[in-house]
Amino acid sequence: MYNGNPLPKTLKGVLLLGFLFLYVPIVSLIIYSFNASKLVTVWGGFSTRWYVSLIQNDQIISAVTLSIKIALASATAAVVLGTIAGFVLARFGRFRGSTLFAGMMTAPMVMPEVITGLSMLLLFISMQQFFGQPSERGFFTIWAGHTTLCMAYVAVVVRSRLIEIDKSLEEAAMDLGARPMKIFFLITLPLVSQAIASGFLLSITLSLDDLVTTSFLSGPGATTLPMVIFSKVRLGLNPEINALAAITVLLVGIFVLVANYLMLSAQRNRMRAMAAAMRENDAPAPPGNGAGGAVATAP
Amino acid sequence: MLRSILERFKPGKGAVISVPYLWLLVFFLVPFLIVLKISFADQDLAIPPFTHLLKYDGDMSTLNIALNLSNFLFIFTNELYLDTYVSSLEVALFTTLACLLIGYPIAYAIARANPAIRNVLLMLVMLPFWTSFLLRVYAWMGLLQPNGIINNLLMSMGLISQPLEMFHNQFSLYLVMVYAYLPFMILPLYAHLVKMDVTLLEAANDLGARPFKTFWTITLPLSKNGIIAGSMMVFIPAVGEFVIPELVGGPDVLMIGKVLWNEFFDNNNWPMASAVATIMVLFLIVPIALFHRYETRQLEGKNV
Repeated sequence: MYNGNPLPKTLKGVLLLGFLFLYVPIVSLIIYSFNASKLVTVWGGFSTRWYVSLIQNDQIISAVTLSIKIALASATAAVVLGTIAGFVLARFGRFRGSTLFAGMMTAPMVMPEVITGLSMLLLFISMQQFFGQPSERGFFTIWAGHTTLCMAYVAVVVRSRLIEIDKSLEEAAMDLGARPMKIFFLITLPLVSQAIASGFLLSITLSLDDLVTTSFLSGPGATTLPMVIFSKVRLGLNPEINALAAITVLLVGIFVLVANYLMLSAQRNRMRAMAAAMRENDAPAPPGNGAGGAVATAP
Repeated sequence: MLRSILERFKPGKGAVISVPYLWLLVFFLVPFLIVLKISFADQDLAIPPFTHLLKYDGDMSTLNIALNLSNFLFIFTNELYLDTYVSSLEVALFTTLACLLIGYPIAYAIARANPAIRNVLLMLVMLPFWTSFLLRVYAWMGLLQPNGIINNLLMSMGLISQPLEMFHNQFSLYLVMVYAYLPFMILPLYAHLVKMDVTLLEAANDLGARPFKTFWTITLPLSKNGIIAGSMMVFIPAVGEFVIPELVGGPDVLMIGKVLWNEFFDNNNWPMASAVATIMVLFLIVPIALFHRYETRQLEGKNV
């Protein structure tokens, strides 16, 4: 789409307005987190008291701990299931039931959460009636719900990466007699490692942020961070929540910046390595050595 | 060549497929069937709070099937429920249109930008998406309230003498819905626009087409898949949205997600919540199928 020309003024204006719309609420949230006044929106001087009271709030701290545990556990499971699913969707073509499979993969991404939450809860209730397990709702039920939600996103990311990359490496390994499992672990997996990493991060954020599904699947004693935030925010503005939001935005911001930087530099390195390999291959083969330089240097 | 890969995979293929397949069957498909089943049950003072559909009577050796249709009859004869469905679809539709109108120019501008800064721009769109949805909705509560930041600012500048009513009404509902769902529209649109072949646009330009005509006859049709995928990505979850109407919508805002939540958590009427969910799924099957189709096309890189 880029045609070498700088952006016209109108499009620059569009971007400016768009980003203002996206960022004004977030920035205002951060500014007013330093408000000394208990009335969140009436400025009463600079203060960090809400940060102090946030750290001393045991309810919030234990909710954060639980949320992080659930997020790590469900992102891990989602990455395993989602990578397999993405691989199946990208490489296996059609098989019996593939339409249903692909449909079940995309639907959780858009399905209203009140529906998925209710339906999964009723599943666990029925399981309890028939098998006696899970005996109570809490960590396990929330984990299963988040995993289902997140694996769809991982599958999409992994799948689109697999469609992008050249099959020739996998085919070459196949021709050299490698077994499918070995190819998958030694070639396919490293090629999509970046997609898996972004799928993992995406899953973490989705899980940390989920309110509706979690509320359905949660039980006594299992209160996640969004559930605490929601119960407070429902009653009106709360300065501690402003402080929490500011911390969240800061952490996510740093994180995204670092991740983006690492990804870009990895991409650049790969490009450079590829260019170097190409040059070596193009160079005339040294006398007495039929193969290209790149192959000759291999052990 | 591809076939030979598949052939080699064959023995283990079934096992590989079955892992995610079984997971989705158990945790995604079967739950819907259970919702359908319980929508035909009756509310009961028990744990769990609904009646069984099948009862085996040992003495009489009969199997009694009790299908309770009253939930559905109630929904279809009660005007409030019908109005709520219509209004949810309406809110979702207008939210989608607004996101499209605002998101398209932004996606277009990012796609047109120099690749060197494109990543930064895209990251700026993604950043709010990575921060908490709940907190982004909360941010608007502070801005829009009668004694909120916007009103305080306008009044201190003397532009208004009375606070504007922007909170707990249709305005705040739509504003925050658009705000929350905008990134979901921009990303698929961008993904399509950025791949578009510039030479087509240049050719149209060389042949004397005006910019608007080029846009209307080339750019827009070629981004059709992105438009449909993005629109469905906004429309479908918006129909069942709960958090936004609950936090910033007014008492007169009828949204079906809120009704379902209240039936379940406040009235403890699980069968009714299930019936509400069942009908919502029926409304959403076609949009979900559309989304699936265009999402797949986009992934496979087909543009037609």
